[in-house]
Amino acid sequence: MARRATPEVNAGSMADIAFLLLIFFLVTTTIEKDKGIARQLPPNEEIEDPPIIRQRNLFVVNVNKNDQLLVEEELMELKNLRQAAIDFLDNGGAAAGSPEYCNYCKGKRDPESSDNPDKAVISVQNDRLTSYKMYIAVQNELVAAYNFLRDRESQRLYGFKFTEVKKAMDEGNYQGNEEAAQEKLETIQKLFPLKLSEAEPKSKGS
Amino acid sequence: MSKFTKKKGGELPAVNTASLPDIVFMLLFFFMVVTVLRDNDLLVKNTLPKADQVEKLKKDRSVFIFAGKPSARYQDKYGKEGKIQIGDKYTDVSNLKFALTEARQKLRPELQDKVMVALKVDEETNTGLVTDIKQELRDLNMLKLIYITAPGNEVGN
Repeated sequence: MARRATPEVNAGSMADIAFLLLIFFLVTTTIEKDKGIARQLPPNEEIEDPPIIRQRNLFVVNVNKNDQLLVEEELMELKNLRQAAIDFLDNGGAAAGSPEYCNYCKGKRDPESSDNPDKAVISVQNDRLTSYKMYIAVQNELVAAYNFLRDRESQRLYGFKFTEVKKAMDEGNYQGNEEAAQEKLETIQKLFPLKLSEAEPKSKGS
Repeated sequence: MSKFTKKKGGELPAVNTASLPDIVFMLLFFFMVVTVLRDNDLLVKNTLPKADQVEKLKKDRSVFIFAGKPSARYQDKYGKEGKIQIGDKYTDVSNLKFALTEARQKLRPELQDKVMVALKVDEETNTGLVTDIKQELRDLNMLKLIYITAPGNEVGN
């Protein structure tokens, strides 16, 4: 019998393999997404009677044109800002028994500092010549202070970290009941509402 | 019949190239997926500041504003002062409203109310320029904004 030529390899499944690989790459490749610090601007309308904020409930952060920080009339390094903001927000200075008393605060309860986190306002004032790098760094530290406190409270109340759950929900891969978690997140946000105000910057070079 | 069965022995058959198009398509798809199309040319220097307390940007509902010094090759023409760029051209603060309205109209209609402004500002820019942009945004009632940052932390470095 004559020797037969090798039969052709069946390539019919090649397309399937190609599609399999294609789907694999589709699933595993994540396109780099932009991330950043989100903010809500105040609407551009005159407020008729602005609420009076007591001096003790106000945490003033000044940044001058040389990127130096003045926090509550004192010079401060950027690395200390986060702790200072946490101390201020978490102070809970209102007297025990008063309606403003903050029962979850763990601060020093200094009557000279903020009453409770709901009342506490952080005011940032920039110079027009402040560098954007410094501006973002300050904003980042202040948001970090809020996130730290929110994490602590959610850990205590629900046993999860606020920032982690929020991130998972943003990315759409939160396991479990999303609505219930959303409600919990909102409760935490109410305990430490983000109250960051930005004053109109001073004129050039002042 | 023996006419058909008799074949020349010993020769290797040609390599089958039927699957080659599949492989090529696969590569094509792969690159199509990983490539991000850049729809605007950067005219300004754009080194983003670092931050780590960040949120994700929803790209379908955002309008990008770039700001910073003009890039090196444009500095002869436009100087070194901070400039604003929307789309692929420079914009003045006074022109910002028009440019932003135009940019917003390019979004899908149902998302135009939820528009989010993404600020990509160079870290060496003065905050004054950003403040001017924010004031214009307030006038336009586009109140949601996000400062795009690079991963990292200023304090650590």
